[in-house]
Amino acid sequence: MRHLRIPVTRIEGHGLITVHLGEDGRVREARFHVTEVRGFERFCVGRTIWEMPALTARICGICPVSHLLCSAKAGDAVLAVRIPRPAEKLRRLMNLGQIVQSHALSFFHLSSPDLLLGWDADPKVRNILGVAAFDRKLALDGIRLRAFGQEIIEILGGKRIHPAWAVPGGVNQPLTEEGRDRIAAKLPEAMRIAQDALAYYESRMGSWAEEIEHFGNFPSLFMALVAPDGSWEHYGGFLRVVDAERRIVADGLDPARYPEYIGEAVEPWSYLKFPYYKPYGYPEGMYRVGPLARLNCCERFGTKLADEALSRFRALAPGKAVTASFHYHYARLIEILGALEKIGELLSDPEILSTRVRAEAGINELEGVGVHEAPRGTLIHHYGVDETGVIRRVNLIVSTGHNNLAMNRTVAQIAEHWLSGREITEGLLNRLEGGIRAYDPCLSCSVHAVGRMPLRVVLVGPEGEILAERTRGA
Amino acid sequence: MIALTIDGIRIQAEEGETVLQAAKRAGIRIPTLCYLEGLSPRGACRLCLVEVRNWGGRLVPACATPVQEGMDVVAHSPRLLELRRAILEMLFAERNHICAFCVSNGHCELQDLAAELGMDHVRYPYRWLPFFVDLSHAKYGIDHNRCVLCGRCVRACAEVEGAATWGFSGRGIFTLVEADLGEPWGKSKTCTGCGKCVQACPTGALFEKGKATSEQRKKPEILAEVKERRPRA
Repeated sequence: MRHLRIPVTRIEGHGLITVHLGEDGRVREARFHVTEVRGFERFCVGRTIWEMPALTARICGICPVSHLLCSAKAGDAVLAVRIPRPAEKLRRLMNLGQIVQSHALSFFHLSSPDLLLGWDADPKVRNILGVAAFDRKLALDGIRLRAFGQEIIEILGGKRIHPAWAVPGGVNQPLTEEGRDRIAAKLPEAMRIAQDALAYYESRMGSWAEEIEHFGNFPSLFMALVAPDGSWEHYGGFLRVVDAERRIVADGLDPARYPEYIGEAVEPWSYLKFPYYKPYGYPEGMYRVGPLARLNCCERFGTKLADEALSRFRALAPGKAVTASFHYHYARLIEILGALEKIGELLSDPEILSTRVRAEAGINELEGVGVHEAPRGTLIHHYGVDETGVIRRVNLIVSTGHNNLAMNRTVAQIAEHWLSGREITEGLLNRLEGGIRAYDPCLSCSVHAVGRMPLRVVLVGPEGEILAERTRGA
Repeated sequence: MIALTIDGIRIQAEEGETVLQAAKRAGIRIPTLCYLEGLSPRGACRLCLVEVRNWGGRLVPACATPVQEGMDVVAHSPRLLELRRAILEMLFAERNHICAFCVSNGHCELQDLAAELGMDHVRYPYRWLPFFVDLSHAKYGIDHNRCVLCGRCVRACAEVEGAATWGFSGRGIFTLVEADLGEPWGKSKTCTGCGKCVQACPTGALFEKGKATSEQRKKPEILAEVKERRPRA
């Protein structure tokens, strides 16, 4: 068997791709390796339940808010409290801000260089600065949109990165009238940017037909939270699993009972586990999470403009799920638009300014599960505590983990289509990266990894000998 | 009255006053950690070390040294700054002071001292010894990872509350502040639950349960107010 190894850049964390060739020189298998380990699940043991939101937020500098909120939810479960309604609305507002800023980062800063300049463009210009030289408005729009999401986080939590704001039982600071008005004042510009980006994507889709066809386009299950009425959800509700035909495989799943339907497999070549849908077994139970899965799982978005966009999205695969991972980008843009609409709804709710934002309680349950939708997909924090509230056991399943099997399938599909001979061409390297990037993986989160992320691609022959290797620095 | 100089400034002090008290009245700041107004001085942390020039440059803790006639004290010099910073670095290296998610982040005397003394690195290897957290008390918790063994809690409990619940057990870097004879705090028969130890603690080692990151603010000044029956500030 021959292998091809490719390092991945412009994603969040470190990665390595190996492509394994059979005797006939064709791609037999491709693997996306996550090569670092961090140990959060181990060193959280012995800490207090009240510290966990701020502690686990340190897993990531891009999505600290996701861990913060999910951890606070697990803490709510340990306290066995229903948090005050205004607190839930404020947490939702922050998560929507997080979705906007993270999706904007993924689309504009990380992926737009490929989309705009093409996969064969010179790597020196294929970055956000290259985008700025090519289309100044698009680059500036991206920066502004991300800043808007970050500002929501800052206004609510006191700082942009690692706010220690959500706590078990609610949040520790209400929203001021001045803060609300500051967010509201910038909302129209953000809406304009989101609509422009969506229109741009829809107008250019035709030119990416080959990539759409081969960047992880295969049937799989999709999993996401949906609201009790079936509409798009990011904070509460139940888990739903649909298949490639958009048939509901499982619905109303209690997120707290995830071990009953999610298994976690381990492979010796990656520090990232391989979650799968238990009833279908491993690896047949492969499912995808994140923007694409959320749109495939929900019946409607629940806001006007996003629902209009959703109907155009559905038209890509009438009656079925959209199975092309390339369209994660599309789904991300629709979610930005819908998130902004929902932010507008929350801001006009008078309860958002309430100061009743925290429920105080002691330790009432010895286990707590928090599940919510991070920008990249479903995030699960599961804690076991002793009678006094000291952490005894931690299990974290992050979005990038859920997508692990699908990302492996994606790199294999890209290698099959674009690899010719034994050479790692620039175009192949870039498409492998682009395929991974569509999932917006966060490897720092996924292995809970430290350090910078170069991507290496290694081509390995039938005897395990290395035929070619290319590395690109972070 | 006793006449002395601190950093070249001539000062009049009362008999029985410490160098630290005299300096404070003269508006000269000397960093302290184990010292707390209202409690007996201990001289344990050595952060208030000053140099007495006419004692052959001897280093003495300002909090525990009574003023003497003609003393020529140096409270601030590059040598003293270096010593204080080294002491602080050792405190940080000894246990697991991780500010990021600490209940006292932003309101911590140890953290403030690091900023004041310009401690931007720790030159000593961190020991990473595992210490435990005791949340057995109904209202309060103790995290030995964040304890600097200043003994303020021990003195507050004995000298102000009169309960003498807290004491030291073990030796050297393994010393622990423990309730009664090493009982979990929640099982202590002598603890009155007054919380003076929590207010006296300079770091996040003692805290009110339910407080999340950065939420623990302390009022160490209440010890002197209670002890001396002063009106509350």
